[in-house]
Amino acid sequence: MRHTLSIIVADQPGELSRIVGLFSARGFNIETLSVGSTLDPRWSRVTVVTSGDDRTVEQIVKQCERLARVREVRDVTSQPHVEREMALIDVSATPGAARQEVLSLVSVFRAKVVDISHTRMLIEASGNREKVDAFIEMLRPLGINDITRSGYIAINRVSHEEGSQESEVESQNESYAAVLHSDS
Amino acid sequence: MIAEQLITKTKPVPPFGVGADETLPRGAEVLLQALVNEGVDTIFGYPGGAVLHIYDELWRYREQVTHYLVRHEQGAVHMAEGYARASGRVGVALVTSGPGATNAVTGIANAYMDSTPIVVITGQVPLPLIGTDAFQEVDTVGITRPCVKHNYLVRDVRDLAGVVREAFFLARTGRPGPVVIDIPKDVSAARCAYSRLDHVAFPFREKKGRPDPTSIARAAAEIVKSERPVFYVGGGIVNSGASVQLLALAERLQIPVTPTLMGLGGFPSAHPLCMGMLGMHGTYAANMAVAESDLLVAVGVRFDDRVTGKLATFAPRARVIHIDIDPANIGKNVAPTLSIAADAGEALAALSKEIESHKASTKTGIAKRAGWWERIRGWQHEQPLRYSGSSDKIKPQSVIRELHRLTKGRAVITTDVGQHQMWAAQFYPFDGARQWITSGGLGTMGFGLPSAVGAKLARPDELVVAVVGDGGFQMTNQELATAVQYGIGVKVIVMNNGYLGMVRQWQEMFYERTYSEVDISVAPDFVKLAEAYGAAAFRATTPAELADTLAAGLAHPGVAVIEVLVSKEENVFPIVPAGANSRDMIVQEP
Repeated sequence: MRHTLSIIVADQPGELSRIVGLFSARGFNIETLSVGSTLDPRWSRVTVVTSGDDRTVEQIVKQCERLARVREVRDVTSQPHVEREMALIDVSATPGAARQEVLSLVSVFRAKVVDISHTRMLIEASGNREKVDAFIEMLRPLGINDITRSGYIAINRVSHEEGSQESEVESQNESYAAVLHSDS
Repeated sequence: MIAEQLITKTKPVPPFGVGADETLPRGAEVLLQALVNEGVDTIFGYPGGAVLHIYDELWRYREQVTHYLVRHEQGAVHMAEGYARASGRVGVALVTSGPGATNAVTGIANAYMDSTPIVVITGQVPLPLIGTDAFQEVDTVGITRPCVKHNYLVRDVRDLAGVVREAFFLARTGRPGPVVIDIPKDVSAARCAYSRLDHVAFPFREKKGRPDPTSIARAAAEIVKSERPVFYVGGGIVNSGASVQLLALAERLQIPVTPTLMGLGGFPSAHPLCMGMLGMHGTYAANMAVAESDLLVAVGVRFDDRVTGKLATFAPRARVIHIDIDPANIGKNVAPTLSIAADAGEALAALSKEIESHKASTKTGIAKRAGWWERIRGWQHEQPLRYSGSSDKIKPQSVIRELHRLTKGRAVITTDVGQHQMWAAQFYPFDGARQWITSGGLGTMGFGLPSAVGAKLARPDELVVAVVGDGGFQMTNQELATAVQYGIGVKVIVMNNGYLGMVRQWQEMFYERTYSEVDISVAPDFVKLAEAYGAAAFRATTPAELADTLAAGLAHPGVAVIEVLVSKEENVFPIVPAGANSRDMIVQEP
């Protein structure tokens, strides 16, 4: 099963490599990894998407907790959470139908055009796993030249209440995915 | 006040990087003062370019800190380990950058596997040269990262005192282990004011677990009513100093105890409740009891593969209560039915207290276990540890028996790794904790002699004997020079069979006697070798000579090497083949 772990670690040289080294030394899987600062500049947040059965993931959490500079390890997946990834996509878009097609997909997926040439466009897209994957799948027939993905970041929900802004967006994204999948 | 003292002791050093106020102490002095403040009076080390400032300062501190000059950096770390394990204090090693650090890695990994508290200080090239492939540069923190509790590259001399303090805290707290401090040469030369830092605010939480009362209550209830319980106890008992609590609880409930290799001495071997060691070369009774047990109480252990064999068939009928200070050990190899992440001594004391409220069931439980004890006594009677005697060849097991007799079971024994190690574990019944110092997890040949040197310095009034094989001895025998130089009177028993015996045994048993590259009979004359180093030397070649030769060697006041020519193709029994289940144990020579 897929798990997203949020690891709060001291923002010091070498600390990330301790975490990454631990994963490889113990044979744990890293699907995506992203690192950034937290509100407190002394601490960084490492978000790791990993997979394994419950025992493996429990072991990963405990092994990470042993690290002297790790303050907290949370399996975000076990609670309501929001997860996002960003992708920058270089796609072929010659003037005419191809460019129109890219622009309409960009609009449907609420992506953004960040650069353009006579033959190509650079698109910025973000969302949950399904959305970004679906968007890339839709662009693929048009000719993707290059792609870079940020890896997932995640945070627990502030509320479980229905009707919060986040969940509206979320359900919107889900419906996009549903529509687009039925389309293909 | 200390800073003032330091100032008066300081003298100018060659300028290196920082042109700070020369009345301030340099990094090397800050380091030494910080070590003294941690109670360090013994350092094992080897100098080199990157640690010249530190060695210069060490000379000025020689009244407070004694440095033992080793002959190879691996020896320095093993000595620090032997010192730590014999005393329970943090051992300290000091080596230079590059090859000094890489030579130390084996010892660091060994300490990591066996949870031994040591601090290893490594020199590093000056900060501006880091990353330039400079002379004797190696990424020490990178190389040691997977085998330390924590490590540091000190980039600013102002961090140094705090780093030392934290390093010692980490090494000895929770599950003990090695910590590496890498100090660039210019940092040891840079100057800064020293403050004692009584209250260092560590930017991380203290991770020492206290036993959870609910779990203790549940565990106590299970233990008292169990019919076929076994205490499976390991190095955590020794590290925690929990022998007294374990003995009290086992005796109160009349529950059999089996120590692991690392746990030997944590429970008195000659005690009627002790079944001897379990695992690959454990006793028949201990392995059978674990296989038949309905409740395994595992304390300070990590379910190592040398203990469990095939995991799927390990203790198949038992519920498992796992007590360990390292939460990551719990559920790693075996999923327990109940777990307590806590210090072994604290947990056992809490259990003892808790069972006081189960007086009635304690009594009925003891009565219920009469049948269990009958079966255990049966196994012990059926298949005791044994070996066949010989009139012309010295049996290696008899060497250990004789050693036990001559030392009245009171010596501190260290070993290398292999057959002699297993015979020592089997045939020297250890009475107390910290009497047995062996390389368990990493299985490091060459551990015996240097760890004995460290142990002897920690406990100078006791007899310290390194039991080694002819293979392992040749990996670190140069440390005889260290022992002789400082008059550290260790005794070394070299069990010489001309083979890498354990590998030969496996080739005999599992590879159709294909003795591939195990013949090391072309070896130095160990008596001449010892004499060349200035040690006293003895040799026993026949069973008739054994007792007198051993006695003479052990009685020698200085460093003594006793070579014993033992029967060449003796095997260690019982043996559970790797990955097999304990019922497949081969009890004796077919």
